Amino acid sequence: MSLQKFTVIESAVVPVQVENIDTDQIIPARFLKATTREGFGDNLFRDWRYDTQNKPVQSFPLNDARYSGSILVAGKNFGCGSSREHAAWAIAGAGFRVVVSSFFADIFKNNALNNGILPVQVSDAFLSKIFALVAVKPKTKIRVDLEKCEITLAETGEKESFEINAYKRTCLLNGYDDIDYLIAMKDQIEAFEAKKTWV
Amino acid sequence: MMQTLFDKIWDGHIVSSIKDGPDVLYIDRHLLHEVTSPQAFLGLDARGIKAARPGQSFATCDHNVPTLNQEKPIEDPSCRIPVEKLAENTARHGITHFGLNNPNQGVIHVMAPEQGIVLPGQTIVCGDSHTATHGAFGSIAFGIGTSEVEMVLASQCIMQPKPKKMLISVEGVLGKGVTSKDLILYVISKITAGGGTGYFIEYAGQTIRSLSMEARMTLCNMSIEMGARGGIIAPDEKTFEYLKGRPYAPKGAEWDQAMVYWKTLFSDEGAVFDKVLTFDASEITPMITYGTNPGMGMKIGDSIPSGANLAESDRISFEKALKYMNLESGQSLLGKKIQYVFLGSCTNGRIEDFRLFAGFVKGKQKHPDVVAWLVPGSGNVARQIREEGLDKILTAAGFSLRQPGCSACLAMNDDKVPSGMYAVSTSNRNFEGRQGPGSRTFLASPLVAAAAAVTGQITDPRNDLN
Ligand code: SF4
Repeated sequence: MSLQKFTVIESAVVPVQVENIDTDQIIPARFLKATTREGFGDNLFRDWRYDTQNKPVQSFPLNDARYSGSILVAGKNFGCGSSREHAAWAIAGAGFRVVVSSFFADIFKNNALNNGILPVQVSDAFLSKIFALVAVKPKTKIRVDLEKCEITLAETGEKESFEINAYKRTCLLNGYDDIDYLIAMKDQIEAFEAKKTWV
Repeated sequence: MMQTLFDKIWDGHIVSSIKDGPDVLYIDRHLLHEVTSPQAFLGLDARGIKAARPGQSFATCDHNVPTLNQEKPIEDPSCRIPVEKLAENTARHGITHFGLNNPNQGVIHVMAPEQGIVLPGQTIVCGDSHTATHGAFGSIAFGIGTSEVEMVLASQCIMQPKPKKMLISVEGVLGKGVTSKDLILYVISKITAGGGTGYFIEYAGQTIRSLSMEARMTLCNMSIEMGARGGIIAPDEKTFEYLKGRPYAPKGAEWDQAMVYWKTLFSDEGAVFDKVLTFDASEITPMITYGTNPGMGMKIGDSIPSGANLAESDRISFEKALKYMNLESGQSLLGKKIQYVFLGSCTNGRIEDFRLFAGFVKGKQKHPDVVAWLVPGSGNVARQIREEGLDKILTAAGFSLRQPGCSACLAMNDDKVPSGMYAVSTSNRNFEGRQGPGSRTFLASPLVAAAAAVTGQITDPRNDLN
């Protein structure tokens, strides 16, 4: 199974200016019941996006016609809490390929990368700049270049470089999958097992 | 070279290190439940392969199970199907499964230690962030996503970048009525919900040594609530004592051989951590959270802090949380009316938690306006409750017991706190809607939960300890 390759994405953004967004907000537990990976996008941010009568909350950015695109921008410590990969599936299912924040929870970061979503960690200052710019120009575009590890505000040309582990970068650029890699290591793993002394 | 406990285990489990990339880490124990595994099994099917080491995986169903009438088929198909899928998948791959008909079924992180499945010095993963619980045994245990569940099933290995190391050292004696739940809520309130991100934590010091194995599990369980990958405590006599004779623990010569390894599991004198924090146990009181992440906690007698001095973006989030909880800065929570009490979860669903709760309510009565869900963490805990006669104490005080599962910890089954209602919960997350859409959660210890259950309001349990 391979992932969709990732090179450069230039897109308008959807801003959700909230910190510590936990995966229970990204996809509430009652929507985790499907046994396949599909169909989670409709319930992304369900309880912020719809009110208790199931009517769309117009002020929520995902329902706000001014915002669109494949880049989600959120406050710091994004994806904390539950390890549910359904959060990454919901984000991908809703059409996002990039999440920009100034801080990501560890498990979320792995889950995102394993689903071809790029978590771009920027400085607090750069994040504030994005939110401020989007507030006045909702259709403003951001360019994310994985080859160069750079994020650029198309409007002003201001940019910042971001970090990503070199191995994961290669995987994303080529659409490789960790599981194929591990299965191919069979002999090495068996040799390790033969030597281990604990239970 | 002086090594930390974490380094000893991690480095010993590296099959290979990818240049500028993650380590390929060998996994000793893999735990599974019905919510995060079906897609991983589908992945194996798509590749046409079987689980590589089925003997090292153990499963149970917990998140979706009802806590009443478990003998009957689950009515809601959306809950029933994942539970059935897990039974099918584990049978097909030869994985041991503690299903609903098994007397030891329960919350995965309660069931596995009881069975002696998790042992010191092991690497342990589960598609569940509270896998951190098992660090109480001196193992490296952490939560993973479903793609990683598939990796482990396919190869018994996982790819992980090595986290940084933090030492949290706690000295001094915990006061009367102060539990390890209060200790961890206190630590998280000091270092925030993101303060441990990127780190693996070792808990050490006199206070930690003095804790029982169950109290250590409660502590390690919540490591994830500060963002840490996990928490670990060096094994000692208490650990070995707890494990001896458990069904899956080694026996005889194997036990002796295991002990040789287990005795090497401690941080060497002078080993270096990336960060060291020290806390004084005597400063801690019963704790309560007031907000919508576990870092928003305070001593039960304190007033809700003000967000005025926070940076702009932090302030927006702080105010959003208080608005959701319908609370204000400056307010004390003592005397605040609550409608629900939940005793259970992988944090506080063990026998010691039920002893604490029963001990407090003994001779008192449940408040008539409170709905109390008392959910044992496993079939084994439920049996112990009966054997010790705690059920009689609870019944006499107006409470009833439910059947094991995650229940109101995340409200995937029918145990949902209605919108706008307040619950005092012994679980681990107070996120918006965690206990049901619109629910409002105060996280606390089993003693604070017991005091709330009999008074109908938030009460300092130290005023009335039996
Ligand atoms: S009890 Fe709660 S935290 Fe623990 S495994 Fe179940 S849902 Fe997760």
